[in-house]
Amino acid sequence: MRVVVCVKHVPDIQSERRFREDGLLERGGDDDTLNELDEDALEAGLRLVEAHPAAEGDAPHDVVVLTVGPAPAVEALRRGLAMGATTAVHVLDEGVRGSDAIATARVLGAAVATLHAETPVDVVVAGMAGLDGLTSLVPAALAAVLDWPQLTLADRVEVDPTARTVEVRRETSTAVETLEAPLPAVVSVTDQAFRARFPAFTGILAARKAPVRVLDLAALGLDPASVGLAGSTTRVVETSVRPERPDRVLVTDDGSAALALADYLAQKGFA
Amino acid sequence: MSGTVLVLVDHEGARVHPGATELLTLARTLSDDVRAVWLDEGAVGPDAAARELLGRFGARGVLPVQVAGADPHLTATVVDGLRAVLGAVGAQLLLLGSTFEDREVAARLAVLTGAGVVTGATTVVRDDEGRVVAGKEVLAGSWSSRCAVTGPLAVVTVKPHSTQAVPVDAPVEAAAAEPLVVEASPAARAVTVLDRAPRPASDRPSLADAEVVVVGGRGTNGDFTPLEELADVLGGAVGATRVATDEGWIGHEAQVGQTGVTISPRLYVGAGVSGAVHHRGGMDAAVTVVAVNEDPDAPIFEFADYGVVGDLSEVVPALTQELRRRRDAAAGA
Repeated sequence: MRVVVCVKHVPDIQSERRFREDGLLERGGDDDTLNELDEDALEAGLRLVEAHPAAEGDAPHDVVVLTVGPAPAVEALRRGLAMGATTAVHVLDEGVRGSDAIATARVLGAAVATLHAETPVDVVVAGMAGLDGLTSLVPAALAAVLDWPQLTLADRVEVDPTARTVEVRRETSTAVETLEAPLPAVVSVTDQAFRARFPAFTGILAARKAPVRVLDLAALGLDPASVGLAGSTTRVVETSVRPERPDRVLVTDDGSAALALADYLAQKGFA
Repeated sequence: MSGTVLVLVDHEGARVHPGATELLTLARTLSDDVRAVWLDEGAVGPDAAARELLGRFGARGVLPVQVAGADPHLTATVVDGLRAVLGAVGAQLLLLGSTFEDREVAARLAVLTGAGVVTGATTVVRDDEGRVVAGKEVLAGSWSSRCAVTGPLAVVTVKPHSTQAVPVDAPVEAAAAEPLVVEASPAARAVTVLDRAPRPASDRPSLADAEVVVVGGRGTNGDFTPLEELADVLGGAVGATRVATDEGWIGHEAQVGQTGVTISPRLYVGAGVSGAVHHRGGMDAAVTVVAVNEDPDAPIFEFADYGVVGDLSEVVPALTQELRRRRDAAAGA
């Protein structure tokens, strides 16, 4: 089985995150880290292959971690290798800078298609969101780019290698569903069910020396005009630090806080 | 004002979701030609009551569309329907809600049509060049951004309560166009729904749409009863932090946060909630924020409009009792 897990290197959410003058998020700081939600995706991918040990004579399983991003993003791949991924692929090209979520999905899609043409891919797994932009657009966009079935926000994923299908359980805002689709397919997972394993020390050491395959836009056969700022149909025109809320009130309860709060809610029209 | 604006109407059978009236009100500020898109399982379209409601909030017409041969709730099926509508009428802007499902529809539609997408917007305007510009809260509410759509079609997912629904002065029932019927794409047909169990209905408003949300965190120590009572007197929903759902104090569908339900209520009451960045990312568009917490250093006090440092097991029931007393007094007067 061959699983590709999409991962992203993002600024640590506990750090002082900021936008640059050009409206792009400041990236590449020392605090940047593998997007926590992608660790769950990798965990789900690793469990998929572990559930079906390769038979003797079969090709060994391959769990590929794939990222698109500037040079420091290789650290997200190394973290993925330390957790147990067997292959790392980094799409690194200055032309990618400024890609919005849809253009990013085009780059990921071209990378998956390139890998698939070499050795067929069965499942692509993605996290439920990037903790930087929080749009949750990429998994569905990637499925559309690849024209593969989309099974998103899963909290259970099972592949049937014989029937060549994947089944997921998911909770939408209105229902609990079980969906099935033929392979290859794009799956995204929530942060509820795939608590990521902690890498072993030997894994961390090995990951430092493991090869990382670097692909540029030309290798993916992508027209530079279809990605980056040129290929994005959204443009950030303004970013600003949100001002503090005005007229804030902070009281310490001396037994009268509930009455004062009731007055405040009444004044705001809630009571 | 030029360019048709479409609103994807969320509905269950004939019942229109209240969010649609907010989207229609917003759409009216952007165009004189606002149309409601009505995706249906059967080619029945909206009934008279639904057409009246949609017309009252500014829809000039309803565009019913049915996608044959695939499950109607799947992203790919919804997108098949929207592409058919866009092919038939053409539009500059499509507005929809901001659930995970809405955002996936927006993503797929963008790839297949070249549209530009902004998710989780709280404002939508047109700039001097006529481009659609959407504003949103980002980085867990610490920054705001405004994003212009440069392509010919903008798809914007809008957070609940970003706009107050206001009816038009002289309402006219929205006439329904001849229903479009299209065949589902192979992508929609590829996914089989083996099982679907609708969530049980609750007497409280849904978390994502509620105007008032009372959220409990670690400080509740697992007792959500006082919070439920406060939510009921305020007509609101009850939510929780990840800590509370992980402890099993309440179902994880109640989790408010950047990976849970995103809420944008007019009133947020956090009880025993510290205000960690994970949680803040799911409520950064709340209008009025009230916090009750024992810890004066809790980060939630940095962004609460009204903070009470105190024991929530005393303050919350006392508040509920006082609100009830006032309501009963007003009813008796």
